[in-house]
Amino acid sequence: MADREQVRKTTTPRKDEVTEETPGVSEQGEALKAELDDLLDEIDEVLETNAEDFVKSYIQKGGQ
Amino acid sequence: MAITKIVGIETEFGIMVRGTLDWNPVSASSLLINAYVGTDVGSLDDRATPIAWDFIDEMPGADARDIMPDYAMPPEVETHLVNAVLTNGARYYVDHAHPELSTPECRDALSVVLYDRAAELILIESMRAAAENMAPGQEIVIYKDNSDRKGNAYGCHENFLLDRALPFGQIITAATTHFVTRQIYTGSGKVGSELPGVSRRQVPYQLTQRAEHFEEEVGLETTLKRPIVNTRDEPHADSQKYRRLHVIVGDANLSQVATLMKVGTSAIIFAMLEDGALELMPISDPVRAMHHVSHDLTLASPLEMASGRTMTALEVQWELLRQAKDWADRFGLDSVGEACGKMVLERWEELLTGLESDPMSLAAQVDWIAKKRILEGFMERHGCGWDDSRLSALDLQYHDLRPSKSLAARAGLERLVSDEDATVAISEPPGDTRAYFRGKCLQKFADHVVAANWDSIVFDVGDDPLRRVPMLEPSRGTFEHVGLILEESETVTQLLDRLGA
Repeated sequence: MADREQVRKTTTPRKDEVTEETPGVSEQGEALKAELDDLLDEIDEVLETNAEDFVKSYIQKGGQ
Repeated sequence: MAITKIVGIETEFGIMVRGTLDWNPVSASSLLINAYVGTDVGSLDDRATPIAWDFIDEMPGADARDIMPDYAMPPEVETHLVNAVLTNGARYYVDHAHPELSTPECRDALSVVLYDRAAELILIESMRAAAENMAPGQEIVIYKDNSDRKGNAYGCHENFLLDRALPFGQIITAATTHFVTRQIYTGSGKVGSELPGVSRRQVPYQLTQRAEHFEEEVGLETTLKRPIVNTRDEPHADSQKYRRLHVIVGDANLSQVATLMKVGTSAIIFAMLEDGALELMPISDPVRAMHHVSHDLTLASPLEMASGRTMTALEVQWELLRQAKDWADRFGLDSVGEACGKMVLERWEELLTGLESDPMSLAAQVDWIAKKRILEGFMERHGCGWDDSRLSALDLQYHDLRPSKSLAARAGLERLVSDEDATVAISEPPGDTRAYFRGKCLQKFADHVVAANWDSIVFDVGDDPLRRVPMLEPSRGTFEHVGLILEESETVTQLLDRLGA
């Protein structure tokens, strides 16, 4: 259920959910920033090398 | 009374071969699909060739308008390319140099989300299987996107079953207003613009992949001068009773919530129209408005309505939601699926509220926002701007379906269906549409199925002539209707006898 956990960090809790602790706005902001930092770390690892060539070579035939 | 909104989507995927410069998209798409069909589950295993698609009822040139204009160009049916029917009732084929997968007919938008995720898993498995047949170091890579960002677009089409009695003019107006304004939550996001002469500075980022590829309000074309409302009149069902609205304006979504809402809100709009509960709000210049909404990251610029007043896309969506809630109170949600309809109405309000107050709060639900968050975070970290080619690479890689590379898979998107359920849906048809009959016949009597298409199956029962079983009612052929007959029939002859076919 890792997906759902991640979601809760970024969305407003539903009305019927009881949150055990309500972090202050700044704490929430920090948590969001930390999550984005982790994501960007991961993206730096998987990002296609030589971005320019990759983007240039992505040519598709038109479809419907 | 609104008819049951049977729905489905067909996705054309972007394709690349890595590790060689010598490849072409038609052969690569064929290799991809053949590699998958060769390993498909169930009774297709022992067949030398996959079950063929039957083209007898394909009429892409039929136009919903009575008179077809001289300049209208119907798309051609390409009968010589790979074309397989899967045991979940889907169709997997090569179309216009792209691999394409059509979901089985679904009873509601949530079922579409399940079969769309199953489609992604099928493509992922296809990439794996194809790599085994390729030289070391080579692989096919699939992108679930709609444009190469160089002016070439390919589609993710939605299909809705409509009452034939509904005047087509009303459909055009209702659909256009919704399609132009729903972009604020259905867009998958794109870095830059593909319109000639529009610079990165003018449009650094926009909501959708597809909007700029639309040039007409209404028409039959799907590959050139694309129209917001496509008039292809090919119901794949009883043409006296039904119309299939073939919607070509949407983006392919990685967010399951976006897929739910793209299909779910549209199904509600058409059900409202059939119930006479939709107030039409025509937009003055829909093509311009479509581009404008896609380019407007503030979501605040006004659109000119035919009435003379102006409204923002958000205001139009709020008004449609208000009418939809009234409609649900008066007519109920059965036509769009009770539970699914309720979920769509709740989520619709949540999305509009979020878009109005803090769009970034929807980074787990809306693709263009999820992607924008990644792009802006990257720019801040690396001190670069929108013209950096790494931004364009990130934009493409968001749509890469390889689990090892996909950015969407890392973006924290909310899931509505589990991969366990989607894995089952790879081989099992939905139980509540005619796709059940198609899928189960393929599972149980594959050796006797000569060909299948959306509205019939052709059986070979040995000495007798081939027998075609028509399936002109998309809501029939369900588990409830034929489950017992299918289970109890030990031979295909028994099955056909009991069906009275």
